Amino acid sequence: MAITAEKIIGTQPDDRGHFGVYGGLFVAETLMEPLKDLRLAYEKYMQDPEFLKELDEDLANYVGRPSPIYFARRWSRELGGARVYLKREDLNHTGAHKVNNTIGQALLAKRMGKTRIIAETGAGQHGVATATVAARMGLECVVYMGAVDIVRQEANVYRMKLLGAEVRSVESGSKTLKDALNEAMRDWVTNIDDTFYIIGTVAGPHPYPAMVRDFQTVIGREAREQIQQQTGRLPDALVACVGGGSNAIGLFYPFLDDAAVDIYGVEAAGDGLETGHHAAPLCAGQPGVLHGNRTYLMEDKDGQIIETHSISAGLDYPGVGPEHAWLKDTGRAQYVAITDEEALGAFHALTKIEGIIPALESSHALAYAAKLAPAMESDQIILVNLSGRGDKDMHTVAALEGIEI
Amino acid sequence: MSRISQRFNDLREQGKTALIPFITAGDPTPGITVGLMHDMVSSGADLIELGVPFSDPMADGPVIQRASERALEHHVSLHDIFQMVKTFRERDQNTPVVLMGYLNPIEVMGYATFAGAASAAGVDGVLIVDIPPEEGEELLQSLRDKAIDQIYLLAPTSTPDRIGQICNVAGGFVYYVSVKGVTGSSQLDTAAVAEKLEQIREKTALPVGVGFGIKDAATAAAVSQLADAVVVGSVLVSRVEALQETPDEIGPALAEILSGMRRAMDAVH
Repeated sequence: MAITAEKIIGTQPDDRGHFGVYGGLFVAETLMEPLKDLRLAYEKYMQDPEFLKELDEDLANYVGRPSPIYFARRWSRELGGARVYLKREDLNHTGAHKVNNTIGQALLAKRMGKTRIIAETGAGQHGVATATVAARMGLECVVYMGAVDIVRQEANVYRMKLLGAEVRSVESGSKTLKDALNEAMRDWVTNIDDTFYIIGTVAGPHPYPAMVRDFQTVIGREAREQIQQQTGRLPDALVACVGGGSNAIGLFYPFLDDAAVDIYGVEAAGDGLETGHHAAPLCAGQPGVLHGNRTYLMEDKDGQIIETHSISAGLDYPGVGPEHAWLKDTGRAQYVAITDEEALGAFHALTKIEGIIPALESSHALAYAAKLAPAMESDQIILVNLSGRGDKDMHTVAALEGIEI
Repeated sequence: MSRISQRFNDLREQGKTALIPFITAGDPTPGITVGLMHDMVSSGADLIELGVPFSDPMADGPVIQRASERALEHHVSLHDIFQMVKTFRERDQNTPVVLMGYLNPIEVMGYATFAGAASAAGVDGVLIVDIPPEEGEELLQSLRDKAIDQIYLLAPTSTPDRIGQICNVAGGFVYYVSVKGVTGSSQLDTAAVAEKLEQIREKTALPVGVGFGIKDAATAAAVSQLADAVVVGSVLVSRVEALQETPDEIGPALAEILSGMRRAMDAVH
C-alpha cells in the first residue's frame, strides 16, 4: 500500500483516530466519554487564537524556543560524507523535547477545569516535564514510574519530588514504562472527574497520538525553516530515535510531503535484534492492540506483551505510536535499529568531538546518522533530532564503565 | 435459544437473580480451574465468568492483576482455556461460560479462529474489556457466526445515547460497571446504580448484570434487588491468592462465599 498521493500532511488520522489500520480507540467503556470530552476540547482549542497565543508565548519564554539547529562540523568531518545538523531539543527547559507536549496538555487541562494531573514516565523526562508544568500552574501532580526505572533514573525521581510531584512506584508486570502507563490509566478511570492524564508520547487511545504529535510538530516546523535559512535547502535525510515516537513524529511530520527527504526512525536494538533482547516493535514485532490503540508490538505467540530491553529507559517500550506503524507500512519512513553498544559509541563520540552530551535515547539516532553519513556525498545534509541531553544518564554510563559516582 | 438466555429465562420464572462468579483461568495453577468451576456451580453460581490472563490488564485492580501474573507464570493461553471449558462441559452442559479478558490475545489468534474454537469448546459468551462497538464490528460478526454472545460493559460515564448504541449490539446480557474505577474498587452506591439501571432498561430488554464493588453477602443482596445478575470477582480471587499454598482449600472457600451470597440474595426475593 505505497503512498501515491502527493500530500500526506493533514490526511491522518481519520475522525475516529485511525492511521490506516492503526490507532483507534480501544479502551474500557468508562473512558469513552472522557476521551470524547478530551477530543472535543483539543479540537476546539487548537482552533482558538487565544489558546495558541498562550502556547506560543510559553514555548518562547518558558521553554526557550525556538531551539537552534547546529552544524556538527567536526563530527561530520570525522564521519566523512554528509553534513550532520542537530536539532537542539536538548537545550529546552527540562532538557528534552517532552516539555513541548506537557505545556500544551497542561494548558488544555486548565481550560477543561481539571485540578489534578497524572502522567506515566520511563526515563523520567516526561515525568519531570509534567511535574514542571504542574508546579508552574499550581496543579496537583502524580507520576507513575516503574520500580525498575526508579532505580535507574534516581536523579529524575528526585527532580520530580523537588517539583512537588508525588512519584508512585509501579510494582506490577515488568515494572517499567508500559506498566506505569497501565497504572496511570487505572488512576484516570478512578478519578475521571477532576483528573487530566498527560500521556507523554504519541501512543494511547485517540486523540492522544494526534494531539501529542500536534504539540511536538513545533520541532519540525522550526527545523524546516532553520535548515533552509542556514543551508538554502531541505535536508536529504531526517533521523530520530523512536520509543513511543513523539520526538520523531514531531520532527518528521512537517517534512512528510517533501518526497525528496528520506526519513529514518531508529529503534532500540538492545543486545541485538537477533537476541530477542531489544525494544524494536517496528523492526521485529507484529501488529496488535495495547494501551488503547492498534500498532506494532513486542508480543509472544499468545498475544502477551513481552519484556523489552534497551540501555535507555526512554526507548524501553513494547509498543510504538500508531502513526509510525502507518508510516512504516506505507513506506514513507524507514525504521531501523541501533544496539546499546552502537548508541554508547555515538554518545561518547558526540561528547568528545562536539562537546555535547546527548541522552542515550538520542544517541541511537546519532549512531544511525553515523552509519548513513559516510555513504553520502559531502554536499548532502542529515538532520538529526537531538531530543534530549545526557545529564540524566551519567549514572548509567558510569556504571557500565565500572565507575561509581 | 442460547444457554445464557435460557438461564436468565429460567431464573426469571423462579424469581431469582443470577449469581455470576469470576475467577482467572489457570490461577494459581492450570489444573485447578475446572474443579473450581464445578464447586462454584454446586454452591449457587448460575453462570461462570472465566478470566483470560493478560500481561497488561489495564482495567483491573491489583487483586486480578496478580491473578493474571500467577496464571501467566504457567503460560496459560486461550488454547489451554478452551481445553478447560471442554473438560468442564463433560460434566456440565447447562451452566453458561463467559470468557472475559482483553483484545490482544484474540487479535493475535484471529477473530474467526477464536470464535470457532471457543464455540467448539462450549463457550457461550465473550466479554472483551477494551473493544468498544466502534472498533468491534468484525469481531462481533465472527462471534455471531458461531452463535456466541458478545457481552458489553456499560459505565457510570455512559450517556443515554451510548447506552442505546451498545445495547443495540450487545448479546446475552449487559454488564453495568457500578463504579468509576478498576475491578475490586470499593464504595458501591446502590441509589446511583438503581438510577442508572433504569436508564439502561429503557434501552434494552436484555438482562442487566452489575459488578465491580460487590464485596460480601450484604452488597450482593442489595444489588440483587436492582439487577438481573450480580457479578463477583475480586473477593473470590483474593481468596484464591490467600490459599495458593494450600490449593485443596480453595474450592471449599469459594463455595462458602458463594453460598452465603446465594442465601442472602434469595432471602430478599
